[in-house]
Amino acid sequence: MSAVTAYTTTANVAPEDLYGVVAEFTTVEGIMAAAEKAKKAGYKRMESYTPFAVEGLDEAVGHEPTRLGWVVFWMGITGFATGFFMQWYSNVVFYPLNIGGKPLNSWPNWIVITFECTILFSAFTAGLFMLGRNGFPRPYHSIFNTPGFERASRDRFFLCIEARDEKFDLDETKDFMETLDPVRVSEVER
Amino acid sequence: MATARRPQDVPKIDETNRVIARGETYASIDDVVSQPVEETPFKTPRWWFVGITIAGLGLVMYLVSVIKLLTTGIGAFGNNQPTAWGFFIINFVWWIGIGHAGTLISAALLLFRQPWRTSINRAAEAMTIFAVVCAGLYPILHIGRQWVFYWLFPYPNTFGLWPQFRSPLDWDVFAISTYASVSILFWYIGLIPDFATLRDRARHSFMRWFYGILCLGWNGSTKAWQRYMRAYLILAACSFPLVLSVHSTIAMDFATSQVPGWNNTIMPPYFVAGAVFAGFAMVLILIIPLRKSFGLEKIVTMRHLDNSAKLMLATGMVVVYGYFVEVFMAWYSGVEFERYMIFNRMFGEQDAWAFWALIFCNGIAIQPLWSKRVRQNTTWLFIISIIVSIGMWLERYVIVVVTLKRDFLPSSWGGFNPTFWDFSLYFGSIGLFFTLWFLFVRLLPSVASSEMKELVYHDSHHGSDYFEAARAEEFKEKGLPV
Repeated sequence: MSAVTAYTTTANVAPEDLYGVVAEFTTVEGIMAAAEKAKKAGYKRMESYTPFAVEGLDEAVGHEPTRLGWVVFWMGITGFATGFFMQWYSNVVFYPLNIGGKPLNSWPNWIVITFECTILFSAFTAGLFMLGRNGFPRPYHSIFNTPGFERASRDRFFLCIEARDEKFDLDETKDFMETLDPVRVSEVER
Repeated sequence: MATARRPQDVPKIDETNRVIARGETYASIDDVVSQPVEETPFKTPRWWFVGITIAGLGLVMYLVSVIKLLTTGIGAFGNNQPTAWGFFIINFVWWIGIGHAGTLISAALLLFRQPWRTSINRAAEAMTIFAVVCAGLYPILHIGRQWVFYWLFPYPNTFGLWPQFRSPLDWDVFAISTYASVSILFWYIGLIPDFATLRDRARHSFMRWFYGILCLGWNGSTKAWQRYMRAYLILAACSFPLVLSVHSTIAMDFATSQVPGWNNTIMPPYFVAGAVFAGFAMVLILIIPLRKSFGLEKIVTMRHLDNSAKLMLATGMVVVYGYFVEVFMAWYSGVEFERYMIFNRMFGEQDAWAFWALIFCNGIAIQPLWSKRVRQNTTWLFIISIIVSIGMWLERYVIVVVTLKRDFLPSSWGGFNPTFWDFSLYFGSIGLFFTLWFLFVRLLPSVASSEMKELVYHDSHHGSDYFEAARAEEFKEKGLPV
């Protein structure tokens, strides 16, 4: 919203202690446009922080699609195999029991447990892979040094261009951020 | 931070039939959802203390009953030959059924892209988990030697033994433990962004620390959201078949036996429908007071109650269809035991009351829900939901007890006399459920606020105004909230 004038907070730290420059926006449209522009300007090491999942922002910021689905798929197959093998091994190989002359490899009886193991493996892979790849639990993150960042979980949208970006130059990047129509631009300490 | 609103200060809120009231913002959602959680202990509303005291007394009764069970043994309870299953299995099936609506709301409706699930999914999932806790304890208590219940699991042991994987009772172990653990995971993952919101809003350092630990350091980065949304979708896709499979598996405990009335292929779908039916009744029982007492009427709107009531009616009619099929199949099978089973259920001198009471509760009492006016009336919805909960309990009573009392040989027929402890363990488990429920509404956000913000965004950008306007017109004519 352009009604609010952007102002810059300086961190006054040595360049090697700088994590990046962060711009704060009030709307989804604002951060989407800013991310597109930053990508067009050639910035690669950037990340946005939003209170909810914004559709398409991952592409705008330049993230690759996640491989989570494939990992879950293969772990689901593993769960299926584990569940089935466990029952087959115990009932056919390890402790065969003749019950009414029925075949030892009575696989229809094993469908339920095989299915449950598939679901169990897939679901926990999805949950734990997501947490693990995101680096959680992670109590400290430099982005938390951003002034006003507690609103990133409420109603504000933040775009950070990190200092490790090849194109990063403190003054230039800050000037560039100002042109994106943010409500605030801040230098953030590592 | 915006000034916190207290429920008692909020003026009467206009009801709405939109998925979310007009004019809600990201911040207003946060405030109304987080306010009850953030309140200092001294400002907890009085009804909460009254509620948790009553529920806590129920929990004490539950614990006393469990101690009686462990010290005296199963003989203190009513189950005996031929009714070996008794109240334990009735309550087990009843509770696990109640849980199913929560997973249906959170998983199935997410996959079907139903935006109205968003504001009730958290509470419904919590209900699921608490119901599964109550349910899962029953089979463990029911086995004779509760302290060796872990023998049910395949674990390395010095006996060199495995569980009997061909038995439906062992399928249950896997189905319920998977259901419980996946539900808790799904619920916790859903809570992470809201914990982060509470951490960022916290005015007290203990709260910041407490919710900071729970949110695992969530910072809302887009990469994290990308993985999160994918994981959430996959968890929903995993949970949806669980809804169908868990109660089907429980139905197979019955269906794979040879007892007349149990050995039916209708059992799994009929149990699943009954589960969702009972579950939506419990959702309404919990949500109607919750939205009033926390002032959530703008985000848990009449639309949610209306839709839940519609689903309750639809699944209820499937259950009624199941009753017809049971009667028809008993006649059509030509098996005299099956025919006698139905005759005994309907006209037997001891238990016919239970059958006709359940027909009233599950078949007749839900018929007013065809009317929009009834679905828009919270008092009627609440009363009907309680009747349905009782009806579903009676249904399990008829299936378990009435069937077992009269199986094949008249010489092996018997009675069933529930003791004081049967009832105390049952009402005690309701106390356990509500103790957990009251702790939940006080300590955790009972609406998924990050998902609600997404809904606010979509509602303000892609809301289909054409249909909304047409619906509003119709509702206005009938004098219902728009």
